[in-house]
Amino acid sequence: MTVLCRGKAVHQTLKETPECRPTSPDPFSTRQSDRGRAGSSSRERADQRLGLSAFTFPSKVCENREGRQIIWKRTVLYLDHAATTPIRPEVRETMSALADRGWGNPTGFHASARAAKNALEEARERVAAVLGCRPLEVVFTGGGTESDNLAVKGAAMSGERRGGVVTSAAEHEAVLSAADFLGRWGWKVDTISVDSDGLVDPSEVAEAVTSQTAVVSVMAVNNETGARQPVRKISEAVRNRSGCSAVIHTDAVQAFVSEEIRVDDLGVDLLSLAGHKFGGPTGVGVLYVRDGVALEPIQHGGGQELGRRSGTHHVLGAVGFALAMELTASDRTRFCRDVSEARRRFEFALLDKVPEVVITSHSVRTIHHSHLRFPGVANQTLLARLDRLELAASAGSSCQSGAAQVSHVLSAMGVSDADARSSVRFSFGWTTRPSEGTRAAELVLQALEDLL
Amino acid sequence: MSGGVDSSVAAALMDQAGHEVTGVTLKLWQGPGGEAPTHGCCTVSDSEDARRVAARLDIPYYVFDYTDDFAEAVVNPFISEYRSGRTPNPCVECNRSIKFSILLEEAARLECELLVTGHYARVSPEGNRWRLRRGVDRDKDQSYVLHMLGQEELSRTRFPVGEMTKAETRRIAADLRLRNANKRDSYEICFVQGDYRDFIAEAAPEAHRPGLIVDTSQQPVGKHRGVANFTVGQRRGLGVAAGEPRYVVELDPRTSTVVIGSDRDLQTRAIEVENVSWVTGDPPLNPTCLVQIRAHGEPVEARMEHAGLGTNRWTATFVEPERGAAPGQAAVFYRGDEVLGGGRIARLLR
Repeated sequence: MTVLCRGKAVHQTLKETPECRPTSPDPFSTRQSDRGRAGSSSRERADQRLGLSAFTFPSKVCENREGRQIIWKRTVLYLDHAATTPIRPEVRETMSALADRGWGNPTGFHASARAAKNALEEARERVAAVLGCRPLEVVFTGGGTESDNLAVKGAAMSGERRGGVVTSAAEHEAVLSAADFLGRWGWKVDTISVDSDGLVDPSEVAEAVTSQTAVVSVMAVNNETGARQPVRKISEAVRNRSGCSAVIHTDAVQAFVSEEIRVDDLGVDLLSLAGHKFGGPTGVGVLYVRDGVALEPIQHGGGQELGRRSGTHHVLGAVGFALAMELTASDRTRFCRDVSEARRRFEFALLDKVPEVVITSHSVRTIHHSHLRFPGVANQTLLARLDRLELAASAGSSCQSGAAQVSHVLSAMGVSDADARSSVRFSFGWTTRPSEGTRAAELVLQALEDLL
Repeated sequence: MSGGVDSSVAAALMDQAGHEVTGVTLKLWQGPGGEAPTHGCCTVSDSEDARRVAARLDIPYYVFDYTDDFAEAVVNPFISEYRSGRTPNPCVECNRSIKFSILLEEAARLECELLVTGHYARVSPEGNRWRLRRGVDRDKDQSYVLHMLGQEELSRTRFPVGEMTKAETRRIAADLRLRNANKRDSYEICFVQGDYRDFIAEAAPEAHRPGLIVDTSQQPVGKHRGVANFTVGQRRGLGVAAGEPRYVVELDPRTSTVVIGSDRDLQTRAIEVENVSWVTGDPPLNPTCLVQIRAHGEPVEARMEHAGLGTNRWTATFVEPERGAAPGQAAVFYRGDEVLGGGRIARLLR
């Protein structure tokens, strides 16, 4: 019903001028020097290899007088990596090359099927190598949500026992809604509360586990706040419970982005990953299923993935996933250095000017999240202003219509609705450079100007 | 942008006129579990339509959540008004408390100079003041629900589709190939699915006290299940058989009594209007005007009289006795097409 209008005839003028030039100055002076300049430094060349300099969005398409289309490249300061990440250029290139030759159905009886099957199984082996598991313990799925659903429902429904679920109040919706679904169909569901940092007490989780419990699911890193759960301690505490035969699942979708994940170190039986959170394609996930753990499939059909996940394989996606995983692992040192530094600069500059900003889960979080509360500031106003300043951030939780929502994670942590509505999540990722932390703080301060 | 054709075309017209436009959909209502509704307004499909239009115009687009404000300023008063035997107009309250209040403030925070909606009304400068007039399309005119706007609001508001007919609006939408060009008009109360009586029964079951239906001489003629099911002037669903047509002429929530009478008993000589505001800020010098007492009613001649200095209560005496006035509805004063001001009907004087 409503349209807001600002300022003068901006893009009308642009539509009519013979030459279209972006009017806003590129905020990234360092970036401009990155862009294809001859005689660039070795650091810049390395950045180009990693694709860091290529990160721009085509944001406006307009026509000049001759009717020729001009696409502007506008650089956006993207701090919403926890939502999704730009695809790594190597992944894009590999997938696009494979699109021509790897399109076969891996279950077929001929050469094109074998080529696709080989590509798929090689991807499986590479994923297994990164996770420290056996190839057949890797199940390719349609994404993180599907992996979580298969883990929770598949384990709860498996066998005669039809056991209960123990999970935490701060899980991703994929786990909570799957548990809720099971609860409505008669399964016993225990949701363990979290403390003000969003963490569960491992002994409390273990105490909720009985001989009837089929699956325990606690995420490794929270997608909104970045809080790191003590997964290893949880799995140890649950396993020490006498008479317990529950399988242990963890959603490691965010954790893998900035931490090395080895399934045996965590002591889990099931572990979810999503490719697009670390530079891979969307629509591909993995569920690690420890050898011997029985899962009832939740998607029935042709029996692919050893019957655990039916549906024609997304070979391109699996290959892109495996490559993105390897690149994430090999880029780990640089990633941690750049991302930590960017976040340090961002928060330091911001809190220096606005000391009332509160950092959520401050002492227990992963390096790529900066979930902040701006007391008295409506997050929807701040996000709209940041969008205008070309900084992409998020409220952490939104409804299907796209409106910012009070997050169940923050509610579970005891945060009031009013405080939840003044919280914004900035999440850094593989494209983040340290200088972006400083720049982001400047933009946030500019957006906050008269709001505080 | 509701996702409907009017606000979509309003956005397109402002874009074409060279403004830097930002599209906003208001999320005002949700189910008890926080889920988006599937009918009425604020559905996900509505916001998807609005988002597509914004993308087609290449303008930024946001969904702003005012669910709590809407519940407090619109939905709760809607329920309590019916419980008190009055007939509220939620669109008036939404415009007053949400769109031209909270959203107008938000617009300023986003450095937007104007708030543009798809309402059928006209706002134009004349001399040193802003006028509010009926939309060109008299059938679609929405000036009635905008009567509370003052000079400050009007100076920052535009209604581009108020200058044209609905048919023209649809033609523009079709020319722009907007996906919602043929979307049907909505007439319902946006947060009510189905019958508003069921909504109130569910929202305030304690308000449903059974009571008597009496005639104008206080003789019982039947029973009812709660005054919130009735509105003054209502003819259908009384459950009383009578020779001539019978209407609800009065509701008394204290005793839970519904008074019915003939067409003659419904005739109202004058109305007392409370919470009156004037578009220019001052009442007009000439006390005769046209007054409209229903959203889609015809305006009738009346004479206004101030209840006293320092109050915002006025009495409007009809030149010809009028039927169809109901307490709680807006009374809007016009001169010709121009809105002078308006308020809420407090009492009927018969």
